[in-house]
Amino acid sequence: MSAPATFTLDGRAIAFAEGQTILQAAVAAGAYIPHLCFHPDFKPHGSCKVCTVTVGGRHAASCTTRATAGAVVESDTPAINAERRALVQMLFVEGNHFCPSCEKSGDCKLQATAYDLGMVSPHFDHFYPDRPVDASHPELLLDFNRCILCSLCVRASRDVDGKNAFALAWRGIRTRLIVNSRTGKLADTNVTAADKAAHVCPVGVILPKRRGFATPLGRRVFDLKPISAMADASAAVALAEAGEPRRDRQSDGRLP
Amino acid sequence: MSYGLENAEHPETLRRVAIDPVSRVEGHGKVTILLDEDDKVRQVRLHVVEFRGFERFIQGRPYWEVPVMVQRLCGICPVSHHLAASKAMDAIVGTRRLTPTAEKVRRLMHYGQMLQSHALHFFHLCSPDLLFGFSSDVARRNIVGVAAAHPETARRGVLLRRFGQEVIRVTAGKRIHGTGSIPGGVNKSVTREERDVLLADIYDILAWSRDAVALVKQLHGQDPALYNSFGVFRSSMLSLVSPGGDMDFYDGRLRARDEAGAILFDQVDYRDYHAHIREEVKPWSYMKFPFLAALGTDKGWYKVGPLARVQNCDQIPTPLADAERREFVDYSGGAPIHAPLAYHWARMIEMLHAAETIKDLLHDDDILGDDLVSTGERAREGIGVIEAPRGTLIHHYRVDDNDLVTMCNLIVSTTHNNQAMNEAIRHVAKRYLSGHKLTEGLLNHIEVAIRAFDPCLSCATHALGQMALEVTLVGADGGELDRLARHGDGTTSRPAP
Repeated sequence: MSAPATFTLDGRAIAFAEGQTILQAAVAAGAYIPHLCFHPDFKPHGSCKVCTVTVGGRHAASCTTRATAGAVVESDTPAINAERRALVQMLFVEGNHFCPSCEKSGDCKLQATAYDLGMVSPHFDHFYPDRPVDASHPELLLDFNRCILCSLCVRASRDVDGKNAFALAWRGIRTRLIVNSRTGKLADTNVTAADKAAHVCPVGVILPKRRGFATPLGRRVFDLKPISAMADASAAVALAEAGEPRRDRQSDGRLP
Repeated sequence: MSYGLENAEHPETLRRVAIDPVSRVEGHGKVTILLDEDDKVRQVRLHVVEFRGFERFIQGRPYWEVPVMVQRLCGICPVSHHLAASKAMDAIVGTRRLTPTAEKVRRLMHYGQMLQSHALHFFHLCSPDLLFGFSSDVARRNIVGVAAAHPETARRGVLLRRFGQEVIRVTAGKRIHGTGSIPGGVNKSVTREERDVLLADIYDILAWSRDAVALVKQLHGQDPALYNSFGVFRSSMLSLVSPGGDMDFYDGRLRARDEAGAILFDQVDYRDYHAHIREEVKPWSYMKFPFLAALGTDKGWYKVGPLARVQNCDQIPTPLADAERREFVDYSGGAPIHAPLAYHWARMIEMLHAAETIKDLLHDDDILGDDLVSTGERAREGIGVIEAPRGTLIHHYRVDDNDLVTMCNLIVSTTHNNQAMNEAIRHVAKRYLSGHKLTEGLLNHIEVAIRAFDPCLSCATHALGQMALEVTLVGADGGELDRLARHGDGTTSRPAP
């Protein structure tokens, strides 16, 4: 039996299976490439571009680029991180992200990625869009102010829950998350708090009601280590969303 | 009583002097003074020039976000807003009684804040005026000057504040803007290790708090004529007291006394605050003017904060502070003390009470417990009232069936003291400024009177020491007559008009 095929990520050999993308292989190997719209449980979407790397010197979204044997992939370089930082800054100014009073703070992949990339200011002018919250559902709150259009809820509701409750409507700069119901309200869908879609949001858009701030400072997912020390932060965030007790959470962000 | 300098008859004929901004206070305000041709003071007003909008933008937000969001009103006593909002949200989630752990952890947080805020105010913001004199050399009239001349006093001030901040950190999660209090309880208790660290220092803190009271008494003793008369005016007083009439910063019922000390109302459920307290709006200030409904706008204004609390209660439930309270009351032979500078004395008595209470709570194993939250039947309206360092703080919310806030009304401590501060500076202007050529030292007298109330004009400005200040004299014809500039380094100059 021959050795598995590998590519190099910043000089480190990463083994991959046929059909895996660079990011899928990296996550499986425990190597971190910054990402927001990617989740290991779902088909890659390739929209946020934060996982951009260079493959043989050319830019590519690592979540949608197939791994090939012998490829030379560069990710953690000052130039690429500067580009990622600008992407994250644009996400911050396009929505209304008020971390100081956000209950997702400390459990948020956008915030954690921004910290990790050394973002110290939004840099660009804020859009301050007007996005009213949808609090119609008895168990879930939708705060569209924080949406980064990753489409994970769209994919989860369609591919796992079989409900097709969310969609990205419009195009370009007008793209926005909508709820697939006659009234446009979440209360008029059959979404429940047990759905996969209710637990994949990497930011603070889809939230369980009446739970905010139940986790004390110091015990939130990214209080424990930076996101770059967790190849698959999605799992830790999902556990936080599911309301698992975190008093004894291990240092890698996973429950024992 | 009133000094009648609120509205001059022909302001267009008067010269205008502005102190803008007022320094060594929390937040951003200015004072305007109108003078006639003989430099006599005709009108004095304290304006709060910032507009925050919290009451509006909290609308449409989920109720559990409120205690964390509204505390951003302030960086000096955010715990007050955090807890007042939490108490209101307790009512929303139907908590009839907090668990013992939740109640005591919140109390510990609040008394820790009292300690740090009072220490900050007295040592960092006001001791330069009191130790060096109101018109002393401006270059050293700041905490750095205090550190040079009285190093031990300055050191203790810093360490007292630090200890209070540490109490807040172990209960709220952070020194400033933590998240410890949530609707129905708290999200954490105290660990044994955290408690032991605090216990190791608490006896020093107690001793230094006693010394701080002694220092204020000594200052009063050195110049009783000044301390008893500076900016003095008479007014009613308002605060929470416990059901037994004790001083209580965290919870209680409303009591008001008139200017002679007679009880106006007592044991009023604070949920009925709007039946007893009304607010007047005046065209020249963003800050409303509250008054006691029974007495009307002219006579119903009152003061809150340490001077009101120490005299409003029947006793302080810790022995050292209560002994100091009795000495304070005896100082005037039992008559109410209205002198603004006596706020400092009362404030240090409260700091001692906070230190004693923290010591008692640290010895109570309930703060280590695991039973953190209790809830009950949902309600649509919640009112939380607390005694913040600067006085009575009222938070009032309505929440709809979808969990979103539909109404928010905040009456903050400094608002209660609005008319009181205006009266104090009118007295000082009349007594010290009228008929004199203005100097930096004379203008500082106005600021000394404002600082006594420890106002929180609540904005992002947390300047220490001298903030840049420019005073312009404008003649009746609108022409500029004189200009005095104070720079960031404390020096003054007279730029050409």
